[in-house]
Amino acid sequence: MTPVTAAESLTPELAAARALGDDALVLAQRLGEWAGDAPVLEEDVALTNIALDLLGQARTLLSLTGDEDELAFLREEHEFRNVQLAELPIGDFADTTARQLYFSVYQELLYAALADTGGALAPLAAKAVVEVAYHRDHAEQWTLRLGDGTEESHRRMQRAVDGLWRYTGELFEPLDGLGVDLPGLHPVWRERVADVLGRATLTVPGGPDRTPWAAGAGRQGVHTEAFGRLLAEMQYLHRAHPGASW
Amino acid sequence: MTTTAEHTAPGRAASAPPPDQGELQAAFDDAVAADTRIEPRDWMPDAYRATLVRQMAQHAHSEIIGMQPEANWITRAPSLRRKAILMAKVQDEAGHGLYLYSATETLGVSRDDLLDKLHAGRQRYSSIFNYPTLTWADVGAIGWLVDGAAITNQVPLCRCSYGPYARAMVRICKEESFHQRQGYELLLALSRGTPEQHAMAQDAVNRWWWPSLMMFGPADGESAHSAQSMAWKIKRHSNDELRQRFVDICVPQAEVLGLTLPDPDLRWNESRGSYDHGAIDWSEFQEVLRGNGPCNEQRLDRRRTAHENGTWVREAAAAYAAKHAADQDNAHEEARA
Amino acid sequence: MSGQSPQDAWPLWEVFVRGRRGLSHTHAGSLHAPDAQMALRNARDLYTRRAEGVSIWVVPSTAITASSPDEKDPFFEPAADKPYRHPTFYEIPEGVKHL
Repeated sequence: MTPVTAAESLTPELAAARALGDDALVLAQRLGEWAGDAPVLEEDVALTNIALDLLGQARTLLSLTGDEDELAFLREEHEFRNVQLAELPIGDFADTTARQLYFSVYQELLYAALADTGGALAPLAAKAVVEVAYHRDHAEQWTLRLGDGTEESHRRMQRAVDGLWRYTGELFEPLDGLGVDLPGLHPVWRERVADVLGRATLTVPGGPDRTPWAAGAGRQGVHTEAFGRLLAEMQYLHRAHPGASW
Repeated sequence: MTTTAEHTAPGRAASAPPPDQGELQAAFDDAVAADTRIEPRDWMPDAYRATLVRQMAQHAHSEIIGMQPEANWITRAPSLRRKAILMAKVQDEAGHGLYLYSATETLGVSRDDLLDKLHAGRQRYSSIFNYPTLTWADVGAIGWLVDGAAITNQVPLCRCSYGPYARAMVRICKEESFHQRQGYELLLALSRGTPEQHAMAQDAVNRWWWPSLMMFGPADGESAHSAQSMAWKIKRHSNDELRQRFVDICVPQAEVLGLTLPDPDLRWNESRGSYDHGAIDWSEFQEVLRGNGPCNEQRLDRRRTAHENGTWVREAAAAYAAKHAADQDNAHEEARA
Repeated sequence: MSGQSPQDAWPLWEVFVRGRRGLSHTHAGSLHAPDAQMALRNARDLYTRRAEGVSIWVVPSTAITASSPDEKDPFFEPAADKPYRHPTFYEIPEGVKHL
């Protein structure tokens, strides 16, 4: 079995592609947990569409930097470069909606900028931005309905947007090799998210938006406790049969 | 009561004098005999309507409950390609459930009522989904055998006498063509893989073969609803006929797979031009039907929990719609202006 | 307990899909949604997930008024006896083209 190329020995552009691929893979894995358990059948179909788009993006991106299955199933936690926001447990439908809002607004800005760079990843980003625009719309529609729905849904949604806020700063840490000014996108992201939250009668969270820990976060290979379990579940079968084809 | 094209109780032009029952029955019988489809607003015998509601609801429920055993493996699929295929398949099942609920609603029942009856255990779903998916190979066995049996059952339903059901089945059959093939391909990869993978595939086929044969329902003599359903052209072939067709298809497919079907009595019968198979253990079928299968409670609990956990979400969306109904009307006016 | 309070019931919508440019919208089926915006999105996910459409209409089921189910009623019967509206009514000598 060929050892997986360490992120450190990739070109900056490929290392960044792998990080974005990890984001998409890990979030697709989380969304896959909803299958059969969504609040209404129509939503089962919608969430799976999003998961399938993300999984498709992940496969394209990861394949640029190695074998997609070796990368997905044979790396350990610290070798993954996804942001922590993607790996958090699905929680309730408000948590999932809040994460989708934060993440899809980010992805839409990022892919649009990446498509404009004209670099090697631009064609892929141009395709993905269309998918992601739909994910953002879906998240926005649900944020409005949960925020401005019932007392209970408002309470749950406010708790969810507050709780996830501290994972959002990481999204805009510089990512070398993309040719995209990620920190520069942060204010646009804040503005767009604040607009949706405002229309949803929700308050924009005020707390810190990133970890104070010097070790860093997902982009440095530092993850949450929940991530180890996610990988244990995702990888166990593949790892139990070394070298097997599926 | 609505006045929609499809989703309504039977109606008549207000001006026409009410035809008598005998005339209506005769018109219905003629339509069935002539293979004209019965459509939602046509008059139909109450028993025909009730039979359709029972069968279509059971079919819809089966799609929904059937998501569980396969979704059980989405997070553990051993390759990204397999993960994508499985997600798409489980999603199709939600979609097919929705098509079927939609078709059932044309008979004047609401999906909410049907779901309530499912959750209360008052309507059935296919017993096959009360068996567990213990290994990855079970995903393949479900695709090959369970979907294979379902397709054998469903293809004739595309010509069912009730229009909305037949149309839903056309769409479903078209979409399901990949379901069985992916299962077969999955098993083939395992069978030709490592000895451990081969054993996993054989074990899955051993466990799913007999329950799959039971999916066609009791033997013709024992089947409660068969004769009337055949007369109404809801059903086109008998249980045993379809079961035999399935067995005949599977035997050569199993040979190519390099897997053995767990029936020592399975052999070619030259005079019938078909395979004879061993006796089916109908006591197991009856027990699972009665609620004593390995996963009956688990499946229903999971479904109820998902529905209950979703209540606040559905309420929120309904409340939002009520609050913003005026906005939407205004937006509509603006769009037209 | 079953979540069957009227507060969480969503109305029914009829879905019409245009398969590709040049075709009219055709009835595809129905679905439940809390409002028109969500109905449109649900329809996109449910009825066009295999790229079956380029345009979707959603209509509240209650907004559709239907003719009587009886095909022999005054609505349709008169049209059935006007065969001269159909090209096959007319006999044209063999060999005449472009007609």
